[in-house]
Amino acid sequence: MKELALILIPLAASGAAFAWPSERTRPWLLPAVGAVHVVLALTLLVTPPPLVPGAWFGFDPLARATLPAVSLLFLVCAAYAVAYLKLRSERRNRVFVAALLAMLGLLSLAMQSQHLGLLWVAAEAATLTTVPLLHFNGTARAFEATWKYLLIGGTGIALSLLGSFCLGYASLHGGGAGDLTFAALAAQGAALTRPWLLAAWVLLLTGYGTKMGLAPMHTWKPDAYGEAPAIVGAVLAGGMTTMAFVAVLRVKQVLDAAGAGEMTSRTLLVLGLFSMIVAALFLLGTPDFKRMLAYSSVEHMGILAVGAALGGAGMAAALFHVWNNSLTKGALFLSAGNLRRAAGGRTVNEVAGMAWRAPMSSRILVVGLLAITACPPFGPFFSELRIVRTALETSHGTAAALFLGCLLLAFFGMTRLVFAIVDGRPRTATRATGDHLRETAGTIVPPLVFLGCSLWLGLATPSLLRETWNVAASLLAPAP
Amino acid sequence: MGLNLLALGSSRLPSVIRAAAVQGMVLGVLPLLMETKFHWMVGLVSVGTVVVKGFVIPGLLRRALRAASIDREVEPLLGFIPSLLLGAGATIGAVALGNALPLRPEHANLLLVPGAFATVVSGFLLLMGRAKAIAQVCGYLILENGIYLFGLLLITTTPLVVEAGILLDLTVAVFVIGIIVDRIQREFDTLDTRKLNTLRE
Repeated sequence: MKELALILIPLAASGAAFAWPSERTRPWLLPAVGAVHVVLALTLLVTPPPLVPGAWFGFDPLARATLPAVSLLFLVCAAYAVAYLKLRSERRNRVFVAALLAMLGLLSLAMQSQHLGLLWVAAEAATLTTVPLLHFNGTARAFEATWKYLLIGGTGIALSLLGSFCLGYASLHGGGAGDLTFAALAAQGAALTRPWLLAAWVLLLTGYGTKMGLAPMHTWKPDAYGEAPAIVGAVLAGGMTTMAFVAVLRVKQVLDAAGAGEMTSRTLLVLGLFSMIVAALFLLGTPDFKRMLAYSSVEHMGILAVGAALGGAGMAAALFHVWNNSLTKGALFLSAGNLRRAAGGRTVNEVAGMAWRAPMSSRILVVGLLAITACPPFGPFFSELRIVRTALETSHGTAAALFLGCLLLAFFGMTRLVFAIVDGRPRTATRATGDHLRETAGTIVPPLVFLGCSLWLGLATPSLLRETWNVAASLLAPAP
Repeated sequence: MGLNLLALGSSRLPSVIRAAAVQGMVLGVLPLLMETKFHWMVGLVSVGTVVVKGFVIPGLLRRALRAASIDREVEPLLGFIPSLLLGAGATIGAVALGNALPLRPEHANLLLVPGAFATVVSGFLLLMGRAKAIAQVCGYLILENGIYLFGLLLITTTPLVVEAGILLDLTVAVFVIGIIVDRIQREFDTLDTRKLNTLRE
């Protein structure tokens, strides 16, 4: 029952937000629903419900290992949203709040869905709810970003529908009865028809890979993250991408059961490493600190793909990294959003000396930078270390070397940009804008909470979570 | 498939929209022709498809067209003759591919699979080869039509709830696209997507 509530409560609240009369009090719905969602998700994490065989959705080990992270991310972002929407009171927030809540409900549905068709419907609907979020700022640049997002995202999602049909036909041709739940497809195993299966993998990986933002399908990301409000960037980078990763894992599970595991792992590994290389190179060059976060997100999606490709311990590490990525990215996006507002600009040519203009946000951004580029003792260090160790143990030496090289390049690129905007003397133009952009508790505490979570995941990973990841990984990638 | 080529070869936007609309209506009627015995849910989905793909979406697009007062795709990124040739080549390739893939015996002679693949490729060509936003939306529609055509292979086995969900999603998608097109038109005073070029590295 609780797993259904995870989906229905946000959707109902979204409707309520639409009908809510007051612009001023409407944003409070976000943290309220977020808190209920977190409580429900954590209860389910501690006491997982029994799974109904053949059900279309359920809180299975994979959902258990990932959904609470998205839920936490949403709650903290929601708390930030209250302060943010107060600052931006010149723009109506009705659609914004409703769309954000609907997105939470649909993400919960997509991550729990056990049915190929239902997964697609939820993923597509979640994509559509983000559209009004992206052009909240209403500028020409925001519309351009939204258009590109719609076209690229729409085509990607169309390809994944074609892939879903191919997988369905593989089952039908192999003598299946038309039951498209992942368990039923996996149970069919080698009976699935090979050529259709391969076509399905290519199309589904391209489709959901576009949503995840794996290179070379990542081109919507810098535009969307650069133009959208910080909360939207954080929820996209930590929630939407996680959902797409879960979708890829579920499809991979079917393919693995059909005996194509070697091929799926190899394609994921190549795509993951390619994403990391592309992201590292762009990180070295970009002058814009919000677009930097997008390339960093591409890099981390690459890390997830590499971890998943290695299987076994690598898969568990990838699920660990899902948590690290979601929560650490939250701190970066929110503090970067603060800086962006305080500075009135976004590139190194316009912004400098932010340590003086917005001291707290600058500190959070620098610490967040260290966390996301895997400096100990933050969480990302440990998950990436585990992925490298698995790579070496399974004799993927070249992959490990490339992986480390890309991390190093990304570290150079990001530190270059962050210190360029934090240090130095403020530009005269920004000095003139006055003091009305004071840092308030509402915009400082949420990113600090994220940093705290990242630190806590690194220093004292709860054994409950660790066990959850291992259970999910052993189901997804049975040890050879 | 002839409609694909019409859409690719035509420079006038209304006829591209019409091609997509007629294609959508044919798609809506197809499941009724394929089924041997009538089932009311299939009928419902079929009527829904005809109304949405044949009337609602083209109507929206025509309105956007009037608002923007443009009629022709003057400078496509990919010329009309090359895109026609590519489309014809894709059709031949799709028939070859359809013969190469293993099909269930009852689907073997239906031309559904080659038709679907050819339509998907044509949609892609339109999406990539045109500069006007509306032509791109038509390309997206034709792409979706191709996928839907492929989905007909599964119509007897996929639950209709899913089918209905897919249809609903597509409709909303095009609605949203329509709204964004409208906003872009107001903001930039053009629907030429080549003008959307401020965001780049």
